[in-house]
Amino acid sequence: MKAAVIVFPGSNREHDVVDALNRASGSKPQLVWHGEGTLPKADLIVLPGGFSYGDYLRTGAIAAHSPIMREVKARADKGTPVIGICNGFQVLCESGLLPGVLLRNAALKFICRNVDLKVENSDSLFTRRYNPGDVLSVPVAHGDGNYFADNETLDRLEGEGRVAFRYCTAEGAVTAEGNANGSARNIAGIFNARKNVLGMMPHPENATDPRLGSTSGKPLFDAIAEALA
Amino acid sequence: MKARVHITLKSGVLDPQGKAIAHALGSLGFAGVDDVRQGKFIEIKLTEQDRGKAEAAVKQMCEKLLANTVIENYTVELVG
Repeated sequence: MKAAVIVFPGSNREHDVVDALNRASGSKPQLVWHGEGTLPKADLIVLPGGFSYGDYLRTGAIAAHSPIMREVKARADKGTPVIGICNGFQVLCESGLLPGVLLRNAALKFICRNVDLKVENSDSLFTRRYNPGDVLSVPVAHGDGNYFADNETLDRLEGEGRVAFRYCTAEGAVTAEGNANGSARNIAGIFNARKNVLGMMPHPENATDPRLGSTSGKPLFDAIAEALA
Repeated sequence: MKARVHITLKSGVLDPQGKAIAHALGSLGFAGVDDVRQGKFIEIKLTEQDRGKAEAAVKQMCEKLLANTVIENYTVELVG
């Protein structure tokens, strides 16, 4: 599997995701600086976490208009799998590859802890090693993770099975109490219509080894490695 | 000429920062603050001399980058 991890000024989790993919697939992803004119041939494109362009204007807004994103969009339209984690999710929303936007957390605090996530849909390249209803423990580290879209868009996402993960309690209840950041309908991760693009705020790459405190994110990388082997 | 762009959150979009500001004003003893909504102000110096063209260009800038129209409204004012 050849994976390309796009690096923007201010990205900071690129090595975490490189490590997780490397361990899952046995093949080291290539780091691609955003300013490079061309995107190498890749079976998977990753937009990693961090604070691209210092979160200026809006999170992900400036990276979304970086020249390399035109190429990422073109590849996504052709069906190349793309995963955006944390800031990568924000970039995907700002670039129009995914609907909605990530607002400031409802309680205004930066949240850095493990949260519980319910797997909503396992019918995708990324989530096929999970079962719907599985409860995962995955870290989040964000100030702007409060997913927002209008009701029509939210209904469409739910109707088309495009909600990948929801915030929940440790028992798996999708309630206000289990909602880490105020996200609409507890949404933590969504797919595009074709389900080859996944955006999620939590960091599965940081839950792939018992020494990291959780292995809940490992099946996601194993699923990707298996599908793209 | 200059363009002054105001970007505000659409009504119905929760503004936790505005709420925090309202709360802080209350703590400082300012009575009668019913609600606060915060936004952005961006000033752009333009070389374009034609007002119509300038306005059209700045509106495009807003649509493409300066505002996220999923959650924000914008107004453009030309001065000078």
